[in-house]
Amino acid sequence: MILGLYNYWIVIILMMIGFYIVIAHGNLIKKIVGLTIFQTSVFIFYISMAKVDEGTAPILAEGINQYSNPLPHVLILTAIVVGIATTALALALAVRIKEAYGSIEEKDIQEKDNLDC
Amino acid sequence: MLTHLPVLQVIVPLMAAPLCLLLNRPRLVWLFTLIVSGLAFVISGLLLQQVLTSGTIIYDLGGWDAPWGIEYRIDLLNAYLLVIISAISTVVLFAAHTSIREEIPASRHTLFYILYLLTFAGMLGIVATGDAFNVFVFLEISSLSAYALIALGKDRRALWASFQYLIMGTIGATFILIGIGLMYQMTGTLNMEDLSKLLPDVEQTRTVFTAFAFVIVGICLKLAMFPLHLWLPNAYAYAPSIVTAFLAATATKVAIYLLIRFTFSIFNLSFSFTHVPLQILFLVLGLAGIFVASTTAIYQTNVKQLFAYSSIAQIGYMIVGFSVSSVAGLTATLLHLFNHALMKSALFLALGAVMYRIGSTQLSQFQGLGRQMPLTMAAIVVGGLSLIGVPLTVGFVSKWYLVVAMIENGWWPVAVLILLGSLLAVVYVWRIVEVAYFKPALASTKTIKEAPLAFLIPVWVLVIANIYFGIDTRFSVEVAHAASMNLFQGLSGVNR
Repeated sequence: MILGLYNYWIVIILMMIGFYIVIAHGNLIKKIVGLTIFQTSVFIFYISMAKVDEGTAPILAEGINQYSNPLPHVLILTAIVVGIATTALALALAVRIKEAYGSIEEKDIQEKDNLDC
Repeated sequence: MLTHLPVLQVIVPLMAAPLCLLLNRPRLVWLFTLIVSGLAFVISGLLLQQVLTSGTIIYDLGGWDAPWGIEYRIDLLNAYLLVIISAISTVVLFAAHTSIREEIPASRHTLFYILYLLTFAGMLGIVATGDAFNVFVFLEISSLSAYALIALGKDRRALWASFQYLIMGTIGATFILIGIGLMYQMTGTLNMEDLSKLLPDVEQTRTVFTAFAFVIVGICLKLAMFPLHLWLPNAYAYAPSIVTAFLAATATKVAIYLLIRFTFSIFNLSFSFTHVPLQILFLVLGLAGIFVASTTAIYQTNVKQLFAYSSIAQIGYMIVGFSVSSVAGLTATLLHLFNHALMKSALFLALGAVMYRIGSTQLSQFQGLGRQMPLTMAAIVVGGLSLIGVPLTVGFVSKWYLVVAMIENGWWPVAVLILLGSLLAVVYVWRIVEVAYFKPALASTKTIKEAPLAFLIPVWVLVIANIYFGIDTRFSVEVAHAASMNLFQGLSGVNR
């Protein structure tokens, strides 16, 4: 039970680590790292569920009649692209924030915003 | 040609976005974007007409039959949403060229329109598609470009607001992705109609409950439902005026659509409302949203932020209507969706005009504007009255239907609370009226003139729509009612 679902335990652990970092850390880069870990856990989740016991890669060849489900792999390729775009945009924003505020700490940014008001 | 309308609806703006790069002359790109948006509006109008006469349209992408291929499915609800989004986008774009000249450096104008078209295409895609995973992809297309649009704001706080929105939005979208994954794991399909048929067999499993929870929380993050609304006020307040007018009127509406689609069509009604205590949860959160956000709105000093909080409160009304889970309640939600889009686009566009003339939307700067910009301020007053729900405006129509739905259901206290919530709207609208009409003009704004026609025309088109649909409710009520009747029959109620 526990060992058999080993992939899913990893997924949950990674997901929680990522989520925790996003919430708990004030540094924008760390937040982005957390977000990426969080998203990656979902990629592993999709890939794990595609696995069919005893299955191989889905190739049309002699002797292969049990193969893993390729659809989740394809789906997650799309999600990986989305993830990269998100990370790139987040990093670009972090650069612009650093230029504008001179800091990438949430606390400092909030303080400067409060002064502006 | 006509049979390809469902896909053209999404493809046209999507393809038009990179074409903007080739044009690369601000005025030309603006005209091009306007034409594309107008075209999308015509397509959505044709689709709505087609749905009204001959029922649900099903379009298989690339000729691959569902559930293997991706299908686009346009029923009354989808067509209604498509019309709202494309109509608001087109009207708002009229003012875009004038507005962004003041707010965005000229070198970024082309990029602005590209992002705008991508956001637009993403929203249309979410609504048009009948495939759960496709929803996620379009959601990310529209969200990523929306983050970038918000970051184009003049103030540096726009960057910070955009970053916060990005974090919250990505968590929301990833939640939806997890939910869809779990649903796929249980059913082996991503097609919405197929899911709705296969889910009931497995609905008593923990996996399906988890999937439902992830999807709902993800959508609620996107829709800024109280208490997941924290990203919204700053994002709306510091984005360029055009972006605020467009997003405030459409983005959250698309999320409401997703909420309805997932709870009513994909998961069925008995699952969403009896196995899961969604009703009491949404009723309480919706009401809390109305009161907390309206009260916060009263204390804002930035008018854009004030109306952003009011948006959260209005979402509360939609959620309350949704939580009744009766035809009347859902009709009220769908009506309010349309009406709120009209109000908020008019209001934020009028604020864009103020921004154009004064360069600020601080309430203190509004002193005496009632005399200097009479038409713009009159538009804000009418929009405000509509927010309150004064008769002869659209706001009254949807509040009326909402209150009637509550009473029909025997929820008297809720009906009273809704009316009390409207009184809070009176307070925050009055604050603006008081400053604009009863205070002398500031020395610095003495020479301010009325906003240019590029603003006045779209603003007043929207304001007149606010009054017109408040008097002649045939279109909005009929479509909203028919759409909610449809929803209660479920997705499989239509014949292919």
